[in-house]
Amino acid sequence: MQFTHSEEQQLIRASARSLLAARANAAQRRATLGLRAGYDPQLWRTFAELGWMGLAIPQAYGGAGLGWVELCLLQEEQGRLLVASPFFATSALAAPLIGCCAHEAQRQSLLPRIAAGELRIACALAGADGRPPLDGVGVSLESEGQGFTLSGVSDFVIHGDSADLFLVLARAPQSHGAAGLSVAALPAGTAGVTVHPHVMLDLTRPMSRVEFQGATVNRQQLLGEPGDAGRGIEQALDLARIALASEALGGAEYVLEMTTGYVKERMQFGRPIGSFQAVKHRLADMMIEVEAAKSAAWYAATVAQERPEELAEAAAIAKSYCCDAFFDCAANAIQLHGGVGFTWEHEAHLYFKRARATATLLGTPAWQRERLVRHFAAGSSPTPIF
Amino acid sequence: MKLGFTAKEERFRAEAAGWLQGQLSGPFRDLRGLLMQGGHAQRRRDWERALGAAGWSCIGWPEAYGGRGATLAEQVIFAEEYARAGAPGRLGYMGVELLGPTLLAFGTEAQRRRFLPPIARGEELWCQGYSEPNAGSDLASVRTRAVLEERAAGPEWVVNGQKTWTSFAQFADWAFVLCRTEEGSRGHRGLSYLLISMHQPGVTVRPIRQMTGGADFNDTFLVDARTAAENVVGATGDGWKVAMGTLSFERGVSTLAQQMSFANELRTIVSMAEANGLIHDPQIRQRLAHAHIGLRLMRYSALRMLSSAEAGKLSNEAYTYKIFWASWRKKLGVLALDVLGPQGEIAAGASYEWELLPRLFLGSRADTIYGGTSQIQRNIIAERALGLPRESRSS
Ligand SMILES: Cc1cc2nc3c(=O)[nH]c(=O)nc-3n(C[C@H](O)[C@H](O)[C@H](O)COP(=O)(O)OP(=O)(O)OC[C@H]3O[C@@H](n4cnc5c(N)ncnc54)[C@H](O)[C@@H]3O)c2cc1C
Repeated sequence: MQFTHSEEQQLIRASARSLLAARANAAQRRATLGLRAGYDPQLWRTFAELGWMGLAIPQAYGGAGLGWVELCLLQEEQGRLLVASPFFATSALAAPLIGCCAHEAQRQSLLPRIAAGELRIACALAGADGRPPLDGVGVSLESEGQGFTLSGVSDFVIHGDSADLFLVLARAPQSHGAAGLSVAALPAGTAGVTVHPHVMLDLTRPMSRVEFQGATVNRQQLLGEPGDAGRGIEQALDLARIALASEALGGAEYVLEMTTGYVKERMQFGRPIGSFQAVKHRLADMMIEVEAAKSAAWYAATVAQERPEELAEAAAIAKSYCCDAFFDCAANAIQLHGGVGFTWEHEAHLYFKRARATATLLGTPAWQRERLVRHFAAGSSPTPIF
Repeated sequence: MKLGFTAKEERFRAEAAGWLQGQLSGPFRDLRGLLMQGGHAQRRRDWERALGAAGWSCIGWPEAYGGRGATLAEQVIFAEEYARAGAPGRLGYMGVELLGPTLLAFGTEAQRRRFLPPIARGEELWCQGYSEPNAGSDLASVRTRAVLEERAAGPEWVVNGQKTWTSFAQFADWAFVLCRTEEGSRGHRGLSYLLISMHQPGVTVRPIRQMTGGADFNDTFLVDARTAAENVVGATGDGWKVAMGTLSFERGVSTLAQQMSFANELRTIVSMAEANGLIHDPQIRQRLAHAHIGLRLMRYSALRMLSSAEAGKLSNEAYTYKIFWASWRKKLGVLALDVLGPQGEIAAGASYEWELLPRLFLGSRADTIYGGTSQIQRNIIAERALGLPRESRSS
C-alpha cells in the first residue's frame, strides 16, 4: 500500500509550480483574460518542450509514458493559478478520447502531434442544453454515399475558436444511450462548420458554440468503427472528469491558502480577523473539504491507472466532491475578504466563476451523484430529474 | 501510488476473517451486529476473553505484553474485518485502544508488565476519567486533586473529586484519571495521570441516563480513593502531555476502519429505501449518494493516513478526519429516520428501546461531542494546521 505521491511525482509538482509562478501568475493571467484565445501561446509551447502535453501518452506514440496520476498533478497546479492552456482540452480530454476510441493508425497519426505541441484539439461533446454526454448529444451523423454528414449544434466547446482540430461526438439517427455514437475528427475550417465564441461567466476558460450544417466526413475521419464509440467515450470522459476534479482541487487549495494569508494580515477591532472564531471555523471547514477533495482526486487518479473496475465510481465521486468543495471554498474566500473580495480587481471572483463552470462541465455534481445511485442501488428505476 | 495490500497482508486478512466469521456465526452469534450502546455486558465480557484467548485482542502490541506485533496495515485490516463481520462494539475499547498505547508510549516497564497483559487477555476493563462537571472542552481546568500520603506499606495517592460522563465505568476494573497533584497549580501545569482501581470504597459510580434511553456513561465520585505511588504515568506533574497523547490515540488509527461499520448502517438504509420505494425519490437519491461519497472518502483518507503513518509522518488529513466522519454520521442518522418514515418514530415494544436506525439517529448526536467537540476540532485545525492566532485562554 502506497497512497502518497512518490518523490518523482513530487518533483513534477514542484517544477510545475515554479514554472507557472514565473509564467502564469496573476499579473500574466490578467493579460490573457482579454485575449480571444484566452491563453498564452508561448506557455503552451513550453509545455510541449517539457514533454507535458504528452505526459500520459505512451512512449510508442511520442509521449512521456507516465500516467494519469502525473497528469492530474499538472492539472492541480494549473488549477491553482487558473491557467487556461490548451492542456486540458487537448491532453486530458481529446487524448483519452483518441486512446479509447480510435484505431491504431489514427492513434499513430494524432497522438504524436499532441505530444509535440503541434495540435490543439477542441472537443464538441455536449448539446446546446449542456447536458453531459451521453444524455445530451446535439449533432447527428447520417451516412451519405461513401461518407457521412454532420448536422446540429454542439456547445460549451472549450477553445473552440483556437483549435486546429475538432473531435465531434455525433449520434446516428434513432439511436439511444451508448449505442450509435461516433467521434469524428475534423480540421478547423472544414466547410459547413461555424464557430461562435461566447462571452462566458468564467473568464478563464473560453468556450464556443459550434454549428454543423451538413459538414462532410469520410470513413477514415471517424475514430474506430462508426456507431461503436459509446464505451470508449464513457471511459475517456471519466478520465477527463478526474482531471477536472484535480484542477478543482488545485483551485480550492489555492483559495484556502490565499484566504488564510489574508485573515492573518487584515486587522479589525485591533486584532487580526483570523483570531475571530467565526472566521476560523469557516477556514477550518474549508480545510476539511480540501483534505477530503485531495483524497477523492488522488484516489481517482490512481484508480485510472490501477483499477479500471472502479473508474466510473471514483470519477463520479471525485468530480462531484471536488467541484462542490471548490465552489464552497471560493464562495467563502469572497466572504472572508469583505468588500475587496467583491471587486473586479481582486482575483477571488475568478476562482468563484471557474468553480461554477467546472462544476457544470461534463456533468454537474448532482448528475454525478445520480450516476452513483444507479451504481450502488442496482435495480432501482429512478424518476428522471435531469 | 500503489493501492491494495500485499499478498502477506491479504493472507492475514483471510485468517482474521475466518476466525471472526467462525465465532460470530458460532458461539457469539447473539452478539453479531451489536454496536457500542445497549446491554449484554456479560456476553461482551465473554467476547473480550475469547478475543484475548485467540490472540486477537491487542494485535498491535509487542508479543511480550500479549500482542502480536502486528503492523499498522495489519491493524487496519483486522479492524476492517472486525467491522465487516458485524462483531460487537468492544467493552475493552478504553484499555485496548486508549490506555494500552498510552502505556506503550509513556509508561514504565513495570507498568506495562502489570497492566497490559490483563487487558490483552480481556480480564481487566478500563474507563477514562477526564471530564468533570466544570472541565469539559476546557480539560485543563480539572479540579480533582491527589496528594501523596506516607503509609506503612509505602506512599499512596489519595484522590478526591468528581469525574463525569465516564463511559462504561460501571463495568470497569480500573480508571485512568487526570488530576491535579500540585496544590494551587492552574491550567496544564501540575496535572498527573493516575491509574486507579475502581474496586475500592472510595469510588462510587452513578449511572446517567442518556438521550438514547440507555445509561452507558456515569458520574464517578472519588472520595479518598487510593492508589499506589508508582501508579502515575509519566512524571508527576506531566499528566497533560500524557493525557493529550491518549486523546490523539482516540482520534487515531483505531478510527481508521470505522467506515466498515458505517457501511453496514448505510447498506441498511439503502435496503430500507429499496423496500419502501423511497429509493425513487430524487432528493433521497441525492442524499444517499452524498452518504456514499462521504463513506468512500473516509476510506480513501484512511488509506492516505495509513500510508503517511507507515512512513512515520502525520499528514494534514489526520486533523480533519474526526470532524469529517462525525458530521457525516450525524447526517446519516437524519437520513435514516427520513427513510424509515413516520413509523420510525414508534418504538417496537413497551420500553424506550430502538432498532439500529433510530439508534443511529439518536446515538450519532454524541459523535460531535466526545473526543473533542466539533467546535474544538475546528479551533485545532485553524490554530495548528492553518496557523491562525490562538484564542484567549483564561484558565
Ligand atoms: C457519549 C459520551 C461519552 C463520553 N465518554 C467520556 C468518557 O468516557 N470519559 C470522559 O472523560 N469524558 C467523556 N465524555 C465527555 C466529553 O469528552 C465531553 O462531553 C466533551 O469534551 C465536551 O465537554 P462538555 O460536555 O463539558 O461541554 P462544554 O465544554 O461545556 O461545551 C459545550 C458547548 O460549548 C462549545 N465550546 C466549548 N468551548 C468552546 C470554545 N473554546 N470554542 C467554541 N466552542 C466551545 C462546545 O463545542 C459545545 O458545543 C463523553 C461524552 C459523551 C457525549
